[in-house]
Amino acid sequence: MPEEQVLLAVGTRKGLWLATSEHDRADWTWSGPHHAMTEVYAVAVDTRRGTPRLLAGVASEHFGPSVATSDDLGASWQEPDHAPVAFPADTGAELQRVWQLAAGPADQPEVVYAGTQPSALFRSTDGGRTYDMVRGLWDHPHREQWGAGYGGQAVHTILPHPTDRERVTVAMSTGGVYRTEDGGTNWAPSNSGIKAYFLPDPDPEFGQCVHKIAQNPADPDRMFLQNHHGVYRSEDGGAHWISIAEGLPSDFGFPIAVHPHRPEVVYGFPLTADSNRFPPEGACRVFRSEDSGAHWTALTKGLPQENFWTTVLRDALCVDDASVPGVYFGSRSGEVYASRDEGASWQRIIEHLPDVLSVRAAVIRR
Amino acid sequence: MSPVRVTVLLPGVLRPAAGGASRLDLDLPAGATLGAALDLLAADHPALDRRLRTEQGTLRRYVNFYVNGEECRRLGGPDTQLPSGAEIQVIPSVAGG
Repeated sequence: MPEEQVLLAVGTRKGLWLATSEHDRADWTWSGPHHAMTEVYAVAVDTRRGTPRLLAGVASEHFGPSVATSDDLGASWQEPDHAPVAFPADTGAELQRVWQLAAGPADQPEVVYAGTQPSALFRSTDGGRTYDMVRGLWDHPHREQWGAGYGGQAVHTILPHPTDRERVTVAMSTGGVYRTEDGGTNWAPSNSGIKAYFLPDPDPEFGQCVHKIAQNPADPDRMFLQNHHGVYRSEDGGAHWISIAEGLPSDFGFPIAVHPHRPEVVYGFPLTADSNRFPPEGACRVFRSEDSGAHWTALTKGLPQENFWTTVLRDALCVDDASVPGVYFGSRSGEVYASRDEGASWQRIIEHLPDVLSVRAAVIRR
Repeated sequence: MSPVRVTVLLPGVLRPAAGGASRLDLDLPAGATLGAALDLLAADHPALDRRLRTEQGTLRRYVNFYVNGEECRRLGGPDTQLPSGAEIQVIPSVAGG
């Protein structure tokens, strides 16, 4: 039997920290900072090949953005000599950051996607080492009307269909949800039902400020979406969206994550409002629904219920893929909390890190 | 007009991207510019180049190039002419917290 561990990757404003634990997740062994003094907006643990591959989207204020990979769980990192993600000369665009790294379908272990600022999608066919821009999205006639959220204009969510390699869903701030069904040649907006209260037309075809979408590979047509005000579910692969915000203290927030084995279980972290980006009452609460958003429960055990005046960003909440999955989130105040019982109780597993931007975890076999 | 030889001095943080070198000598045609020097550098050291310039060839905002002690943005930026024997110091900005 291979040894089974859980690997947790925490990307921050100033580098990447890694932690490993036995599968009980009782004790964590930390290393870091890896890629010190870079912003790590995107991190991925790709377990599709025998040796897990770590991918990190790193951006140095001085020396620009890059993608680094590690095949030895962070002991060493590799970058190609030439920029792994670069806009072609004719676009005139310059890569600001990689916001998302997403593994492709299981039967295409060398396919990895990168979402960038400015808004573009890149595709790798060498396991995430080098990438080519997906022209169909860049050439979309809507592109010039995609706006920029406060954090920048970026493709921050990429959901490859787990079995149909022609289908990919992306989301961007601002611009909304777009889908392709022909491998990236053509893209269509997919925002029916998602409000954009900040636009003159609150029901536009595109232009919504989507913050995150979550999807369970076992039930890929069911998606959950945290919007810039609004929490939604789709049952048809994103064609239509309905509100599931009732029962939450607020419909504002950034992350949304889905249980790896129970596609009806979803986690979010509400903030008071767009104009008041704090947890309601300064209480640190993850909200969980076990019925696809019909009802919500506040999860508080082990979490500070006062003076938690910080936020959880869009990629800073995740679930691992263990049989009883761990749930994790990191705050802009540099704390990471973990739950070993699907959110019923929590432990703070590190504090005093820089602002947490991204958290990803996976079971690894060595 | 005879070709010019210039020297690029690298800070420690960038040396791994240049095979560990702290200085690189470049031979350029007469009248060459900073941009031409960086193009030549890029041919041998692409990993260094992408830390100095974007994919569109723009000098990164927080990397400074001093030509004989003068910051190139006060000269001609990438069009700054390089006299023979010029020393190009690459120095990251001091900023941030």
